[in-house]
Amino acid sequence: MEHKQSPLGYISFSVFAWIVGLLIFFPIFWMVLTSFKSELEAVSIPPSFISFDWTLENYAEVQERSNYFKFALNSIILSVGSTLVGLVFAVTCAWAMAFNPTKRTKDALLWMLSTKMMPPVGVLVPIYLVFRDWGLLDTRFGLIMVLFLINLPIMVWMLYTYFKEIPTDILEAARMDGATLPKEIIFVLLPMAVPGIASTMLLNIILAWNEAFWTLNLTTSDAAPLTAFIASYSSPEGLFWAKLSAASTLAVAPILVIGWFSQKQLVRGLTFGAVK
Amino acid sequence: MGAIRLEKVKKSFGTLDVIPGVDLDINDGEFVVFVGPSGCGKSTLLRLIAGLEDVTDGKILIDGTDVANEAPAKRGLSMVFQSYALYPHMTVYNNIAFGLKMAGESKDVIDQKVQSAAKILNLTDYLERRPGALSGGQRQRVAIGRAIVRNPAAFLFDEPLSNLDAALRVNMRLEITGLHQELKTTMIYVTHDQVEAMTMADKIVVLQAGRVEQVGKPMELYNNPANKFVAGFIGSPKMNFLGGELAAKHNCHEIGIRPEHLAVSTESGVIAATVKIAEHLGAETYLHVEADGLGPMTVRATGEMPLGEHDKIFLTPEQDRIHRFDAHGLALGAS
Repeated sequence: MEHKQSPLGYISFSVFAWIVGLLIFFPIFWMVLTSFKSELEAVSIPPSFISFDWTLENYAEVQERSNYFKFALNSIILSVGSTLVGLVFAVTCAWAMAFNPTKRTKDALLWMLSTKMMPPVGVLVPIYLVFRDWGLLDTRFGLIMVLFLINLPIMVWMLYTYFKEIPTDILEAARMDGATLPKEIIFVLLPMAVPGIASTMLLNIILAWNEAFWTLNLTTSDAAPLTAFIASYSSPEGLFWAKLSAASTLAVAPILVIGWFSQKQLVRGLTFGAVK
Repeated sequence: MGAIRLEKVKKSFGTLDVIPGVDLDINDGEFVVFVGPSGCGKSTLLRLIAGLEDVTDGKILIDGTDVANEAPAKRGLSMVFQSYALYPHMTVYNNIAFGLKMAGESKDVIDQKVQSAAKILNLTDYLERRPGALSGGQRQRVAIGRAIVRNPAAFLFDEPLSNLDAALRVNMRLEITGLHQELKTTMIYVTHDQVEAMTMADKIVVLQAGRVEQVGKPMELYNNPANKFVAGFIGSPKMNFLGGELAAKHNCHEIGIRPEHLAVSTESGVIAATVKIAEHLGAETYLHVEADGLGPMTVRATGEMPLGEHDKIFLTPEQDRIHRFDAHGLALGAS
């Protein structure tokens, strides 16, 4: 029998969903609004919503004080770079686990995921020392390595769930057709898994873009991404809310746009395998 | 050329012997059908020949060369899968051309071979379509096309018609038989359907629990089954097995009589029986009866029989069609 929703239930669920949605959206909305205020209006009580003097002064000052584009370029290089490197390892790893599983495959997957449960600060000192001794501090290469490694378990999991849905027969057919292993992966597996790979890449780019712990601890200037750009606006002399908001808006804008346009793809990737 | 010889081929998964050791000779150009119930190891045996599974022990000789440790593509065989296993992101043309591209053939050669395969299989109008836009029968033809263009030493078919509806299955069966007559290439065909086995094969290999029970021409298996298993598996409806006094009269443990080798009379006969269910197919009538003192039996009578539930009938076996079995289920000679 089909479950029918009563009008009252429908309305209350809708209202609840709207409240949750607005609660999540409000901080971003407030940040964008504050970035157009003067420092004085930014901290005024009661806060003003629309009726203030709109200004672009904060953006101009932020760009003048610190070079936004340099940080943005680093963010792009780190997030895209770590994603591409991660993809090479994750695709091969997920292929092996999905199509040639052993008795221990599930355990290995869980173990990989369990590394995400460890607090990063627990390994900060050893990693910092390794970075210092190998001359990797404040280098893009070093950060790409760290970002790719911390997100690898999630990439493997997502691709594994996706690959599991692909019939083994098709890969065997390719083998019978004379495809070598690399060709089997490149010409048959990857084209069939494009949606899964796209959502894995998107999620990984977003995670790497927003990663703040390692990017703040292992960089100073040369390799510093937008997280360091924002952090530089919280100073011991006090917070400049309007400028901080402008910096934050600039930092999240690119990823917000990517996320907005690819939300359908992302949701599909995250829920794949959950329902048939 | 496509002569295949299996020597003591063994496959184990851990401690489980799926194929305990099979010896088999397949001649060049022969149409061989592996038949047996689900889980009898017929698909595993085919996959061992294809190279999709590694043998635990033994040799697989193709035209005299042992290929047991070669990669699938190096064996020169083509396979058609039950699920068709077409590449969903490629057009029909590219699906058929894929193997040739992997072999590094030139564009002209590929085009000429794809076009000729498409012509044989009536796929010329569909070359630019993707598999998703084809019917089940067309998809299976594409899978066959993909196998043909590589000009293999032998074709391997893994239950290729199981996913098709009954009418289409009969059509495709004829098409595959026709293809074999045209190409004269060795074909190994796996099925659980004994009708497919009987109608298509030059030689049938009956398997049970990874062992070869009997190898022979379809009519040899039908007329002279080596044991009870083969006798019961080949032929539809299934052979009737009767023990007791009737078997003792024939100096054996059990006798087997095919449903079509029983004469039906309403007046007199050797076995008295009561009709339980009568299935009227027009050309023939299947009678499921309860024989007095012998239990349930099936009778296949030619033409329309005006019989129904509770009708008393008499059955008489054709004497020269009675199969005798010993206590181990092995066939004994004529009585």
